[in-house]
Amino acid sequence: MSGTYLGMPSFPKAAAASTRDMRLRGNLRHATGTIRAKRAQAVSELGDWDGLRSAGAALKDRTLRHLDRYLVQLESAVTAAGGQVHWARDAEEANRIVTDLVRETGETDVVKVKSMATQEIGLNDALAKAGISAYETDLAELIVQLGDDLPSHILVPAIHRNRDQIRDIFRERMGDWGRAAPRGLSDDPSELAEAARLHLREKFLDAKVGISGANFMVAETGTLVVVESEGNGRMCLTLPETLISVVGIEKTVPTWQDLEVFLQTLPRSSTAERMNPYTSTWTGTTDEDGPSVFHLVLLDNGRTDALADTVGRQALRCIRCSACLNVCPVYERAGGHAYGSAYPGPIGAILTPQLRGVQSELDASLPYASSLCGACYEVCPVAIDIPEVLVHLRERVSEGGTVSVRGRKTTIEPAKGHAAERAVMRAARWAFDHPRALRTGQRLASRARRLTPRRLPLPGPGRAWSDSRDLPRPAPESFRDWWRRTRGEEAPAEGRLEGGDG
Amino acid sequence: MRVALFITCINDALYPRTGRAVVTLLERLGVEVGFPAAQSCCGQPQFNTGYHSEAAPLARRYADAFHGYDHVVVPSGSCAAMVRDNYPRIDEEATREAVAGTYELTEFLVDVLGVTDVGAYYPHTVTYHPTCHGLRMLGLGDRPRRLLQAVKGLRLVELEGAEECCGFGGTFAVKNPDVSAAMGADKARHIEETDAETVCTVDNSCLMHIGGTLSRRGSATRPVHIAEILAGTEEAPL
Repeated sequence: MSGTYLGMPSFPKAAAASTRDMRLRGNLRHATGTIRAKRAQAVSELGDWDGLRSAGAALKDRTLRHLDRYLVQLESAVTAAGGQVHWARDAEEANRIVTDLVRETGETDVVKVKSMATQEIGLNDALAKAGISAYETDLAELIVQLGDDLPSHILVPAIHRNRDQIRDIFRERMGDWGRAAPRGLSDDPSELAEAARLHLREKFLDAKVGISGANFMVAETGTLVVVESEGNGRMCLTLPETLISVVGIEKTVPTWQDLEVFLQTLPRSSTAERMNPYTSTWTGTTDEDGPSVFHLVLLDNGRTDALADTVGRQALRCIRCSACLNVCPVYERAGGHAYGSAYPGPIGAILTPQLRGVQSELDASLPYASSLCGACYEVCPVAIDIPEVLVHLRERVSEGGTVSVRGRKTTIEPAKGHAAERAVMRAARWAFDHPRALRTGQRLASRARRLTPRRLPLPGPGRAWSDSRDLPRPAPESFRDWWRRTRGEEAPAEGRLEGGDG
Repeated sequence: MRVALFITCINDALYPRTGRAVVTLLERLGVEVGFPAAQSCCGQPQFNTGYHSEAAPLARRYADAFHGYDHVVVPSGSCAAMVRDNYPRIDEEATREAVAGTYELTEFLVDVLGVTDVGAYYPHTVTYHPTCHGLRMLGLGDRPRRLLQAVKGLRLVELEGAEECCGFGGTFAVKNPDVSAAMGADKARHIEETDAETVCTVDNSCLMHIGGTLSRRGSATRPVHIAEILAGTEEAPL
C-alpha cells in the first residue's frame, strides 16, 4: 500500500483481502470498540444532545443554501485581515496553486498539520514531484508517512497499525526522514510518543512554510479554526513564516456563535472528549505574531456538484468526526483502505462517489458498501441520513439519471456490469406484480425443493451465499396456498392489478 | 377493527409457518384477520439496490391491496420499515393511507392492542437479536423483549453486541459476500456464547442469514421468528 488510492479495485475485491487479514481485523476491532464505548458515554453526559444535533444540521443546511454569499463574505474578511484568497476548481488546480506558493518562498521543505483536504487532492505527491518534501506532523499521519502507507481512518489515520508495528516503522524509517529513533525503542506508548516528539521538534524549528487544513472558517471575521489533541498542529500554525491553508468550501460557518454547537459535538463524537485539548484560531496575519504571510486556498473539487443534488448534499454537512466509521460493522471488517479514498467508512461511501462521480468500478461499488443497518445515521452529530444517500446513489449507479458535473447538468448512463442485475430486478418485479404467475413459480419451487442443494456451490451470485451459509428450502406449501386451502378464496380478488404489463 | 395480514415474500415462500403463527396469535387475541390476495412483495430488494422505477409499481400495488383496512400487520421489521420510511419517498400521495396503517407485529400487539402478555408458553432459553430496521428505522425499542419476558417458561438471555448488524442487508450479502460472512460469523459466535436453545428476531430475512450461518457451523441454536414463540400455548404448543 503506497502513494495513491488511484486504480484501486472495487470495494468487494479489496474487502475480500482485508477480511482475511486477522491482524488488521484485531487492530480495528480493538480500536473501534474502545472509542465506540467512550463516545457513547461522552454523548450521554449531555442532556441536550438531540437539540445540539438538530441545531448543527440546521446550521450547516442553512449555510450550504447560501454558500455563495458566505464565501464572498469570507474572502473579503480574509483579505481585509491581510490574507490572500485563491479559488481552486479541482485537485489539479489546488495542487498547482500550493506548489507555486511554496516555490515563491524558495523553500523545499514544508511541515503539515493533519488535513483531509490535502489528502483528498494528493498534495504530498504533487509537492514531491516539484521537489518539495512535505512532513506530516500529526503522530498518526507521521506513522502513515514513514510506513509508505495510506491513511485508513479520518481521525486516526494509522488505526490499522498496532504498537508493535509502529515501533518497527519508527526504528526502520525515522532516520531516513530526519532524527532517527533512539536505540532499543520499545512499544511502550510513552517511549513511542517521545521518539516522535524529538523527531518532530527538529522539523517545527526548521520550517519556514506550514500547510494546514481547517475544521471551520468563520465568514464574518475571516477566521480559520483547527481543533486537535496533540498540539503539533499549533506548532505548524504559529512557527513558520508562511502559512498555506487548503480548505473545502463547505467548511464555512457564518458567525463565531455558530461554533458553540460544533465545538461541543465534534470532540465528543470523535475522540470522546468533552472538549478538544487544542483549539487554534487565526485571522489573516498579525505583526510579529505567527506567520507573516497567509494564503487560503478554497477547494471545490466536486462540492458544488454535490450541492446541486438535493438528497446527496447533506453529505456536505459532515464535520469529519469519524463516529460513523467507529460504529460501522462493515468498516470494522473491511478496513479503511478498501474504500479507496481519503474518506473511508460510511461517510466516504456517500462523499467519494459525489466528489469523484460513479464512473470507475471502485466509485460505483461504494454506495453498496453498506448493509444499510443505520448505525452511522444514529451517531452522526449533524444527522446525515447516510442510508438515505446510499440508496439514492445506488439509483444513480443502477439506473443512471441527471447529475451536475462541473456545474453542468449531465445525463449519465447506468454503470457497466449492471445489465444482468437489472434484468433480474425487472423479472422479479414483473412476477411480484402478477401474483398468479408468482404462485405458479412458488409451486414449482416447492415441488423441486428436494432437488435444491443446501450446501453445493451455486452458480453466479448465489455462490457468494452458499460459500458460508446453508440455504433455506422453499416450504412444501406457501402461506398463500395454506390460506386458500384452509380459509377459501380471499377477497378482494386480485383481478384489477393484473392487467397490462405492470 | 378490520386487520389485514401482509405476508412478505420470504415469509410466504420460505417461512409460511410464521404467517400461520401470526394468524393463530391474532385470532387468539380476538382479532379478525384477512389476507388480501392482491398483495405482493413490498419492493424493498428493488428499492435498496437502486432500482427505484421497479419498486414504484409495487408500492402502489401495496396501497391498493390494503385499501379499506384499519390496520395492516407485518411480521417483518424491514418490510414494515420499507412501507413506512420509503413509500413516502416513492409516491407520498398514493401510499399515505397504507403507510399510516402499517404496523410491525410486536408494535401492533403493544401499541394497538395494548398487550404484552399474550398468554404464550415456550419452555426454552431464548436470546433476542434486534434487527437493524426494527431497531433503528421503526424504533421498536423494548417492545419485543417485553413480549418475550411475559412468555411463560421462557428464559431470556443477553446477547453480546446485540445491536450490531448480522451482515445480511438484502443484496449486500451477495454483493459483499466476504464482509457479510465475516459479520455473520461474529454474530453466530456471540449467539453460541449465550448457550441459548433459540435465537429469535422480528425478521425472517435476518434469521435466514443467521440460521444459515449457524447451520453451517454446526451450532445447536435454533432460529425462530418471534411470532412462532408468541403463538404457542400450554394447551397447543407450536
